Order: sequence, then C-alpha cells, then structure tokens
Amino acid sequence: MNIQEKIKHQVESNPVVLYMKGTKDFPMCGFSGRVLQILRECEVDFVCFNVLEDEELRQGIKEYSNWPTIPQLYINAEFIGGCDIMNEMHASGELKTALTAA
Amino acid sequence: MTTAEDIQSWIQAGMQAERIEVQGDGAHFEAVIVSSEFQGKNTLARHRIVYTALGDKMKEAIHALSMKTLTPVEAEQNTGE
Repeated sequence: MNIQEKIKHQVESNPVVLYMKGTKDFPMCGFSGRVLQILRECEVDFVCFNVLEDEELRQGIKEYSNWPTIPQLYINAEFIGGCDIMNEMHASGELKTALTAA
Repeated sequence: MTTAEDIQSWIQAGMQAERIEVQGDGAHFEAVIVSSEFQGKNTLARHRIVYTALGDKMKEAIHALSMKTLTPVEAEQNTGE
C-alpha cells in the first residue's frame, strides 16, 4: 500500500480521524491542542495519527486533502477542515451534529 | 523572516479581495480577508481559495496562519459587534 492508499484506508475504517502534531496526551502544536479540546468537548471517540512520527504521512496527508496545514479532521472519510473550521463549526453546534451522526 | 506585510501582498497577488488584514509575529499569523469571491461558498472552500493564492508560500514561508474569510456583506454585519 502506498501512503495515499494507507490514508484512504485509515479514514474509511474509522468514523472520526484526526491527523495532528503530537499525541492525545501531548499535543506538540497549539492548533492540534485546540482541536483535541474541541473533540473532547463534543464527547466523541476518535482515532489520532501523529504526523511528527511519520514524515511520509506528514507530506502524504497534505496531498490527500489538498490542504497545506495540520491538524486535519475527517468524519466518515470526508475531509472537514483544520483548526479554524473546527472552531467555527464548534461554535455553531454544527460539529457536534456531524460527529454524533458519524 | 516572513512579515505580516509579506503575507498580505502574497494573498493580494493571488486573489481578488476587497480587504486583507494580517497580523502576526513571524511564526503565527492571523488574517482577515474580505472578498466577494467567497459568496455562496462554505468556510472550507473559502480557505482553499486563500491557500491556492498563497501556493508554495504555505510550504516554505508560513508556519501557522489562522484566517477569517468574509464576504463584503458579512464584514459589514461584523463591524457592529
């Protein structure tokens, strides 16, 4: 499997997937920390991948979504956005709705 | 080092916008972009327009950029807040 196939498999086999810098316990970037906080507030189960441990994934995920920044959130294999978009959707309640339906 | 003015001019060169304001310290930047191109588009699509305008600069020169993307009408409504 190449990296694009691997990512496709990851987002298709888990309803909620977060690609981030660092881990759930130790986020290594302010934006990744913020999105973790948002997901916790939504009380949802999610799978995390740390791009800092995998350079191929770090580049590959940007190509997969055609989005230049990390963190990136996927719900039911659909790319939702990064920190700014999650913040907006969290404030409007839209994110919780999308996550609950996942 | 990248400055807020650099980012402002890169966005300006890459898309049509009524207003672009960028603030930041060299590592983290915040931008407010007002453009009628955003009309009828969701936030994801709006951010994509800005990222496309910035192109390779996102890979090379910008570590972190947070954005507010508004249409002229939305910007008008925001000023009252």
